[in-house]
Amino acid sequence: MSGILEVRDVEVTFEVGPLMRRRSILGVAGVSFDLHAGETFAIVGESGSGKTTLARAINGLQGISAGSIRFGEERIDTLGGRAMKPLRRRMSMMFQDPVGSLSPRMKVGNLIAEPFRIHEIVDKNPSVEVPRLLSLVGLTPEFADRYPHQLSGGQARRVGVARAIALNPALIIADEPTAGLDVSVQGEVLNLLNDLRERLGLAMIIITHNLHVVHHVADRMAVMYLGRFVEVGDTDEVFRAPRHPYTAALLSANPEPDPDKARDRIALPAEVPSLLARPAGCEFHSRCPWVAARCKSEAPEFVQGRTRRVACHTPLEPGARPPELEVTQ
Amino acid sequence: MTVLAIKDLNVTFSTEGGQLHALKNVSFEVPERRIVGVVGESGCGKSTLINAILGLLADNGSVDAGSITFEGEDLTRLGPARMQELRGQRISTVFQDPMGALNPVLSVGRQMRNIQYRSGRSRSEKDARSEAMLRQVRIPDAQAALTRYPHEFSGGMRQRVAIAMALMMKPALLIADEPTTALDATLEVATIELLRELQQDIACSVLFISHHLGVIAELCDDVVVMYAGEVVERGSTRQVFHSPRHPYARRLLECDPARQSGRTRHLPTIPGEIPDLRQRPPGCVFATRCDQRVDACDKVPPDVAVETGHVARCILAEAR
Repeated sequence: MSGILEVRDVEVTFEVGPLMRRRSILGVAGVSFDLHAGETFAIVGESGSGKTTLARAINGLQGISAGSIRFGEERIDTLGGRAMKPLRRRMSMMFQDPVGSLSPRMKVGNLIAEPFRIHEIVDKNPSVEVPRLLSLVGLTPEFADRYPHQLSGGQARRVGVARAIALNPALIIADEPTAGLDVSVQGEVLNLLNDLRERLGLAMIIITHNLHVVHHVADRMAVMYLGRFVEVGDTDEVFRAPRHPYTAALLSANPEPDPDKARDRIALPAEVPSLLARPAGCEFHSRCPWVAARCKSEAPEFVQGRTRRVACHTPLEPGARPPELEVTQ
Repeated sequence: MTVLAIKDLNVTFSTEGGQLHALKNVSFEVPERRIVGVVGESGCGKSTLINAILGLLADNGSVDAGSITFEGEDLTRLGPARMQELRGQRISTVFQDPMGALNPVLSVGRQMRNIQYRSGRSRSEKDARSEAMLRQVRIPDAQAALTRYPHEFSGGMRQRVAIAMALMMKPALLIADEPTTALDATLEVATIELLRELQQDIACSVLFISHHLGVIAELCDDVVVMYAGEVVERGSTRQVFHSPRHPYARRLLECDPARQSGRTRHLPTIPGEIPDLRQRPPGCVFATRCDQRVDACDKVPPDVAVETGHVARCILAEAR
């Protein structure tokens, strides 16, 4: 196994509140995972669960307060901005807002050539590289002369992908690569990422709250809740038999495009706890339909199965139903 | 009874590159107490449609033809003062980002009181009404919530506060523009269930804009499918989702990754791009991307009634 990324017990702390009453909150509260070359790993969770913070920490855009991150052979969480720069060639980031992450004053050609300039790469000729990258992402060379506002959402995404792959990275971190795109365009972007992954042997971390996307592109997935992973496993297996109650609820909630589909949902109370007041014990207990006395006082350890890790005292058996059978139609 | 009836609506924008025909012959109705969903890709005219209804088109945009009849009045002919009276009272809105709708420097209670400025109620009556409304959207400890500021709520709660505010004055029509896009699946489902419940309580109609086909299928009674500024198909949710008659609607439904039962590395897409709306094709607007194109598609396609209430703007819908 060739791991290209090793994340161990990473914590990210933020200071919040007025000056005299500063408090710190844990945005990411001890996350560990490995990523292998050529693998796609998805991180799902609601807004505010710490997905983007984790991605920024891996990329060195956000300092961590505990844990370690290794990229290839090197420990990167202790590197400063200058030392990190050469590494960013090998690890690129696609940001959430496709148009907002492109400078409105630069033409597409310049935007795609920008990584070469920033990293002072002189042995590559932009007039060759730009059309090559454009064609890799399925755009014609004429796009080099357009400005970002002249692009559709899907085209802007493609330009973002072209920038991300420009320096031949080993890893791409894509934050919500399909947010705000329509289903047809969404498919195009995901196909493109899958295709590039196969052709260029890229590893990818995809951050999203769209479960259908995860199902189709990710080899493995992690479900994040309040800054922690609650379940990590092979995507097919997790979809087939979720073991953490939150995962089960997420999967059962996923709206399907069929008006007559029978819905067998695990209803959750909608109150998400604040990071300022994390519940004691298992942090999901305040919303968990299977809650037991032990869950309220004792935090569960990660139960490590062969291919699955679950942070729950009593992981679910396949097809488990909530005790009170709170089923919404 | 029809709350909102849009008939042959045409909206154009004057741009440097010429006239941009953003909405072309758009017709559909929002009946009383129904939830009507609008789906379509970005750029299909959903936002223009909302702005036209609200009388908030940009300065370079204008309604060239057609009518928007709301409770008997043609909104395209009303002056700004009357429109202002309707907005927030009879027609209200919820947007994707609740933070954009809430004032960050006023407490939620203050904002909810302000909304009721036309109600003629006393201050304590207004506050009681606000509190009841927050309770109805299941904000815990509603009385204390009135004194809190928008940033003190979580994303899901903020959206529920925004919904409470929108429904405060019991409008006849709620326009909800992608209200659940930023939420995770569990909160998304909880929010649409709440919307459905409130809609029945208040007996209003909802125009629900989303590109999440699953949410539309679950929440809406009727669906309007838009493409490049035209309504290409409309009907009941069942009619459109089970037997789409316009090729675009069919392809759009096929593209939804949720429809792929097995796991696939290659998702279906619709090749091609939306045409330049400054140079609309003379015939069918989808013809350049359509896999069933015939010569007759070069002519303006008719609106074909396939079934009662089910209309498709496609020449092939007629043949069957």
